[in-house]
Amino acid sequence: MKAFRSMVLVSSDPASLAHGAEEVFQRLQQEISAFGLQDEVTVSMVGDIGRHDVSPLVIVYPEAVIYGPVRPEDVHFLVEEHLYKGRIAAGLQASLRELSGRIAWLSARKGTMPAEYRIVLERAGLIDPTSIEDYIVHDGYAALGKALSEMTPAQVIEEVRRSGLKGRGGAGFPTGLKWGFVAKASGAQKYVICNADESEPGTFKDRVVLEGDPHTILEAMAIAGYAVGATEGYIYIRGEYALAQQRLHLAIEQARELGLLGKNILGSGFDFNVHIHAGAGAYICGEETALIESIEGKRGEPRARPPYPTTNGLWNMPTLVNNVETLANIPAILRNGAEWYRQFGTPSSPGTKVYTILGNVNVTGLIEVPMGITLREVIAIYAKGMKNGKTFKLAQTGGSSGSIIPASLQDTPMDFDSFNKAGVSLGSGALLICDEDTCVVDLARVLIKFFRKESCGKCTPCRVGTERALQLLTDISEGQGELRDLDELKIMSENLAVLSNCGLGQTAGTPIRDILNHFRAEVEAHIRLKVCPTGICPMHPVGKRVRSETPVLA
Amino acid sequence: MISTRQNGNAAHTEMLEAVRAAVKRHGASREELIPILTDVNRTVGYLPSEALEEISRLMHVPKSQLFSVATFYRMLSTKKLGRHVIQFCESAPCHVVGGREVWQALQDALDLEPGETTPDGKWSLVTVSCLGVCAVGPVVVVDEDIYGNVTPDQIPGILAAYE
Repeated sequence: MKAFRSMVLVSSDPASLAHGAEEVFQRLQQEISAFGLQDEVTVSMVGDIGRHDVSPLVIVYPEAVIYGPVRPEDVHFLVEEHLYKGRIAAGLQASLRELSGRIAWLSARKGTMPAEYRIVLERAGLIDPTSIEDYIVHDGYAALGKALSEMTPAQVIEEVRRSGLKGRGGAGFPTGLKWGFVAKASGAQKYVICNADESEPGTFKDRVVLEGDPHTILEAMAIAGYAVGATEGYIYIRGEYALAQQRLHLAIEQARELGLLGKNILGSGFDFNVHIHAGAGAYICGEETALIESIEGKRGEPRARPPYPTTNGLWNMPTLVNNVETLANIPAILRNGAEWYRQFGTPSSPGTKVYTILGNVNVTGLIEVPMGITLREVIAIYAKGMKNGKTFKLAQTGGSSGSIIPASLQDTPMDFDSFNKAGVSLGSGALLICDEDTCVVDLARVLIKFFRKESCGKCTPCRVGTERALQLLTDISEGQGELRDLDELKIMSENLAVLSNCGLGQTAGTPIRDILNHFRAEVEAHIRLKVCPTGICPMHPVGKRVRSETPVLA
Repeated sequence: MISTRQNGNAAHTEMLEAVRAAVKRHGASREELIPILTDVNRTVGYLPSEALEEISRLMHVPKSQLFSVATFYRMLSTKKLGRHVIQFCESAPCHVVGGREVWQALQDALDLEPGETTPDGKWSLVTVSCLGVCAVGPVVVVDEDIYGNVTPDQIPGILAAYE
């Protein structure tokens, strides 16, 4: 592929054509050749750019400067100033208010469904992910250009802080605050890590961003690097995501060719490199300190915290770790401003959230909606109702470490604060929607089995607790449960939450806590009546298994 | 050990070549250990003890540490697997949309417990956690081919497609 330093686009909607767009285009070609820039600058006619007040428009990328109205006699000056001398051609820019104007067809399409608003997924699925040009045409690298040329690192952090963006990996930590910690930390070298080890069962939103819009992550990482003072970035991506890895490698190569990564980005003196580190299949590596251990070539066992990665991260240096979805919000926030971002979502949780909808519903897939939408709305509007006209029983959020949300909470707004108050968690954005035929004991058993398998084994509460909890739940599902098992399970889930070293163990007991809180009668039916109300559990010993009597923890 | 080396001399040399190529490609630094192990695992099919010895020698990393890393990650195997590896997702999203029945069909068809390999060395059956294609659960992956929305009656047809 031939790479150009700059790309010039001329609008060719009817109004532009009526105002001499064709002539402007020809003049541009002539002038670019006259300055000997034909190998560095590409110029093309595009369709409707979405503004008819100042046509014809000329947009110069990667700086994303919009000129208009441009008359044929302006072209010589424009090419000389912007493309030859590298500065904005004074007096030709379209008025400032209009600079944030969206490209028409993107503005018209805010998602595929009502009330959906796409910030993170704005381009995914719409642009060619293997073309940096396509990305640049759709505002790509404009935020990086703005940050490097108009903002100090402190201003970038302040803008992110004011946007109210919270980490989308599950914990909901304020992003601006985290950036500030890393910026303040001292170290010979700082790092930015994109956590793309998306392994939470039921979650695949990050994969869609990485496969459909890889450059947005590179741009956001470079902005983060500039803000916190890091020059090296790592994308830790799960080993199973082969296509996303391939797309990222290509994107990095393209960005380097155009000088959007590497040394002296956009002539600003700022250097930033991105490396890709593929995981090898371990859920625990989504935990930030385990992820760092894994990049260092070790077993992915979480470290004790504090100290946090913000001061002692990769190779013991200050490290910023952000999730893919969190980072994908950054370019839009910088382009449009914190105020703009805060108009979406709720005051305490601004912005949008990407959810994966799964389970016994008519439509499964991915949506991006403002924070604060309710589960009932998701099921009715986006999932098009329950499959086969069944009744909604529960939803399991955020993959395995999320909560089990009973139908009684389906009108709780889905944002960090409202969910915390209701005693449940939003998690990573998976919504596993289950109908009346779902057995809560069976579901909890499957969830605990996952944790038992994925526990790294470093700390005892998690290693032993998940094993024992699985034994007890299996006993109950095989009709061998006793009422005292429920007390033990309750203690176990509390112990896991308080005593475990990392987030995996701390949340492993959540499904148990939730089924005992919300579905105790159904669990007790398995024990008192030896009946599984939904008919899912076998209710008799499977294989040679006998009830395990020795309590490991009590 | 010596007899296996004599029997599979060509294979042994090939394996060492794969190790050296991987170390050369990534560089012998500790940070590249997992990419190197992944590469060798992909080329050789698993991580034989001799491969780890060679990596240990080239990278100056104790073999104990290599084993510790190699046994930690799911995509790395220190055991020889079958010619085709079937990965079955046993996470909740696949489970609630019919995963249990598909799992039963797989076990019936192959007569294998999780982690086992058929005596003829054709199939290995492993259970895995979420593979990230949950919207089309239940999901079964054979080698690198992903099958979504799988029903139990499709299993014989899927398996028949592999030599």
